Amino acid sequence: MSRSSTATTVVRAVTGGGVGRLRGRTLVAVVAIASGVALGYAVELVNRAAIGELVAGLATLSGDADLEVRGPREGFDERLYPALADDRDVAIASPIVEVDAAIDGRSHALQVLGVDVFRAAAINPALVATARDRLDPLRGDAMFVSPAATAWLGVRDGDVLSVRAGARELRLRIAGSAGSAGALRYGVMDIAAVQQQFDRLGRLTRIDLRLRPGVDRARFIERIQRSLPAGVAIAAPSTGAEASSRLSRAYRANLDVLALVALFTGSMLVFATQALSLTRRRPQFALLRTLGLSRRRLVALVVGEAALLGVAGSAVGLVVGYGVAAYALRHFGADLGAGFFRGGTAEVIVEPLPALVLAALGIAAAVTGGAIPAREAARAAPAAALKAGDPDAGWGEWHAHWPGVAAIVVGAFATLLPPIDDLPIAGYVSIALILVGAIVVMPPIAHALLRLLRVPRSVPAALAIAHLRANPGRIAVSAAAMITSVSLMVSMAIMVASFRQSFDDWLGVMLPADLYLRAGTGDDAVFSARQRGEITGAPGVARAEFMRVTSLLIDPAQPRVALLARDIDPRDPAARLAIVGTAIRVPPGAAPPAWVSEAWADRHALATGSVITLPIAGRTMAFTVAGIWRDYARQQGAIVIERGRYVAATGDDTVNQAALWLAPDAHAAEVRRALDARPAQGPGVAATTAGDLRRRSLATFDRTFAVTYALEAAAVAIGLVALSAALVAQTLARRREFGMLRHLGVTRRQVSAMLACEAALTGAIGVATGLVLGFAISLILVHVVNRQSFHWGMELHVPWAALGLLSAVLIAASALTGFAAARGATREDAVHAVRADW
Amino acid sequence: MIELHALSRTYAGAVPRRVFDRLSMTVSRGEYVALVGPSGVGKSTLLNLIAGLERPDSGTLVVDGVDFATCDDEALTALRRSRMGFVFQAFHVLPYLSVAANVALPLALQQRHGAQADARVAAMLESVGLAGRGDARPAELSGGELQRVAIARALVHRPAIVLADEPTGNLDPAAARQVIALLRDAVKREGATGIVATHSRVAAASADRVLRLAADGLHAHALGGADDVD
Ligand SMILES: Nc1ncnc2c1ncn2[C@@H]1O[C@H](COP(=O)(O)OP(=O)(O)OP(=O)(O)O)[C@@H](O)[C@H]1O
Ligand SMILES: [Mg+2]
Repeated sequence: MSRSSTATTVVRAVTGGGVGRLRGRTLVAVVAIASGVALGYAVELVNRAAIGELVAGLATLSGDADLEVRGPREGFDERLYPALADDRDVAIASPIVEVDAAIDGRSHALQVLGVDVFRAAAINPALVATARDRLDPLRGDAMFVSPAATAWLGVRDGDVLSVRAGARELRLRIAGSAGSAGALRYGVMDIAAVQQQFDRLGRLTRIDLRLRPGVDRARFIERIQRSLPAGVAIAAPSTGAEASSRLSRAYRANLDVLALVALFTGSMLVFATQALSLTRRRPQFALLRTLGLSRRRLVALVVGEAALLGVAGSAVGLVVGYGVAAYALRHFGADLGAGFFRGGTAEVIVEPLPALVLAALGIAAAVTGGAIPAREAARAAPAAALKAGDPDAGWGEWHAHWPGVAAIVVGAFATLLPPIDDLPIAGYVSIALILVGAIVVMPPIAHALLRLLRVPRSVPAALAIAHLRANPGRIAVSAAAMITSVSLMVSMAIMVASFRQSFDDWLGVMLPADLYLRAGTGDDAVFSARQRGEITGAPGVARAEFMRVTSLLIDPAQPRVALLARDIDPRDPAARLAIVGTAIRVPPGAAPPAWVSEAWADRHALATGSVITLPIAGRTMAFTVAGIWRDYARQQGAIVIERGRYVAATGDDTVNQAALWLAPDAHAAEVRRALDARPAQGPGVAATTAGDLRRRSLATFDRTFAVTYALEAAAVAIGLVALSAALVAQTLARRREFGMLRHLGVTRRQVSAMLACEAALTGAIGVATGLVLGFAISLILVHVVNRQSFHWGMELHVPWAALGLLSAVLIAASALTGFAAARGATREDAVHAVRADW
Repeated sequence: MIELHALSRTYAGAVPRRVFDRLSMTVSRGEYVALVGPSGVGKSTLLNLIAGLERPDSGTLVVDGVDFATCDDEALTALRRSRMGFVFQAFHVLPYLSVAANVALPLALQQRHGAQADARVAAMLESVGLAGRGDARPAELSGGELQRVAIARALVHRPAIVLADEPTGNLDPAAARQVIALLRDAVKREGATGIVATHSRVAAASADRVLRLAADGLHAHALGGADDVD
């Protein structure tokens, strides 16, 4: 026999009756690994696409600019431009006005950039139009659209597009295209036309700068920054890209963690299936060990087998992950529908490294899952396995529990740590530590729980309890995946229930009026003073409150913060805002009140009574934080000030939104019709009742979390499969015991009852531990992870009824699993079973 | 007590294996019989038939006045529970129960609990030389001790019949001798009928009667001349 064929024989002898004989469960293990890898890879690909899109988009739009000057959404005084253009260190300066043009019937606005054609040509070629008529770029009604926007709008050269700009309706002629193929949707117009038609006279939102060769960039930034008005900053164009990607980062990190959880569960499942298949093959191993196969070789072969599962799972996972990413990008966009990015379709970017890393993670999960039972199997062979007294000796007994306790304690303390780089890393680590720690300390806990049981008279039940009491380690093995999945599901259920209830409560506070009006999509569509008058005076409207939404640049490395200038009674802000804690009355003479959102307060460590300065209309204004309010709508932070003060400071008395209280006898539908009929309103005005808004918001909420529910259900199913694999493994190891019992006059039904009882108890212990653990993890999710990721505070709501039902169903399912395992065990005749050699 | 008449048993398979054909035998109440014969001749099969764990293809089998032909699996299980005791080659003592709980198992299966049952268990343990070891775990016992636990378990519920299949197969000669003597004494003391399938000359020598199973049927056997008894 040649060397290689000898090796093949050994491999066959080890693996024979292994993977092949357990197709169902092996498949599930592969699927579990695959789902983890797929989720991880999809998230990674979408991330890459998102960042790729963002970077590409920004690179397109900023062209070869070295630096850019940015300010609040409303822009800054255009007189800054000649000052910069004439600066000794500046080679070229290109002024830009960016506005959002609301388009009727579209959920997103079109970004329109007004550029100085001659300046832009030198810095950002993407903003230069390809015009058939050479004078079109200078004509006020001509717009050039990027290829992505052309596709999105479905327009052709020469078409006329109606957009809502400021308080007006504009008709723009599509005069050609701008830029080359890319995912970004935008339109380009002459800067003067934009300033005039979009009510931006005398204002710019951005100035792109190219420096002269040899200029020290840092010194230049420092010098220019000093001369800029408040709320205007100079920075590298990439700073803006990072700021935008920051918003979605926590969301993406959360998805990454979900992928890791899926891998962990997959690892647990490989553990359970390998334990089962190795138990099955124990006689084989005992023989091979006796015949001289070294322990190390045996472990290597068996671990190699698990690795094979990992390879299969990873391969499937990568393919599925790619498909999911491509599908998600096509249908939801790079932010998975969360609304972080605007713009067109992003491309899947495949690079080898992430695929390799995820494949390695998948294989590592499988190998970890396979290594423990492999070691057990090798250790058990041949002595214990051939010893008649204790056929299932060495079945996953853990002896040291202190590492588990240590993990839990460290995990608990980790919750106190602040976020790292704005991500709740410590929170995630804490959850992982507590989960793993809890599984390690399971045996003594299970033992203690079983001690509480009185041993019943019924022989099957008594035997079941005795068996579990004697083998608490085995409970941990069987229930580990179950505990993981149940605790995960419970924590997510509590978190989502808390979030939903808090969100609902929040909507109740935030939507006190009967009818809401928006001037259009995007914050640049506004109602003029005249339109405001019409709205207030419309029949059936008893009262109207208005809000101006804009945003301020406080730190160029962070997204702009929303400034909400609204009609609000400073004596009773809680009537309009979901105030957290108590609001204060600002004494006369002190800085006027501002109410800041939790996110903003968190990020800047603000408390009620703190004084903040905000750059409004190029000047810094001081405000007293009069209250902190909950805002689930704007993750980047929001600040509410009185509208009167905003108007006084800026002279801008337009508004974006209106809240209407109707007269007692008025009907919302009629008022809406009346408002629609006003000539000045024009299309694009969206009137919605508070009820509709609330329903729509909750529907969006539920849709967002539907994915999580599906994942949870899958996790619990995996937990049950793992439990069943472990039970079947243990039943197999105990065949002789059942054979002996049958000799002694125990009926098949009694054997089944005994196993069902064991399974139900194991399930119950798993569920109970999962519930306690899940509750603890939900506290971490609510108070640490969500808080640090999104700065969303919420009240804890435990869905007791749902959790109770879930627990009952899971325990019943466990018992059924036991019955199923027993069927296999009692089918074999007792005579055969007592003679089964191990 | 045990009456076999014209019993046949054939194992199905690629080549059907006829283990014995029209076998007849009678064992009286209180008798202690050794069953010997070459390996593979059908000793274990015969014990399994008597235990009701296997069914004959033909012939009648009456144990303790019960005709097996009239019994279903449930009834045979009940019969084993109340009237039979077993001793196995591989002991089969449950590792997760204490020694006393293992011995008490047949009583528990008959819903017999309480002080009386405890006293009976203690008495049985004493009779097999394990007094005071009731709380020990099986893992702490030697092979010979485990088999003594099994003997106590086989007799604790005062069965009419005790079936032992190579009870000394896993023991060293000294322990084997001790177990053989104990088994015989216990069966005799409890007034049970015993059948021991064995290759051991010592075990066979302890029996009232030795039956030799051969391909052509059962034969009375005189110890000393046999080739297949160690
Ligand atoms: N389940 C079975 N299926 C097929 N053949 C069987 C089965 N059980 C036993 N046999 C065959 O029946 C014959 C008798 O087996 P049995 O175990 O009764 O022998 P034995 O006399 O007890 O042997 P030993 O002294 O080695 O224990 C053997 O040839 C065996 O191969
Ligand atoms: Mg035999």
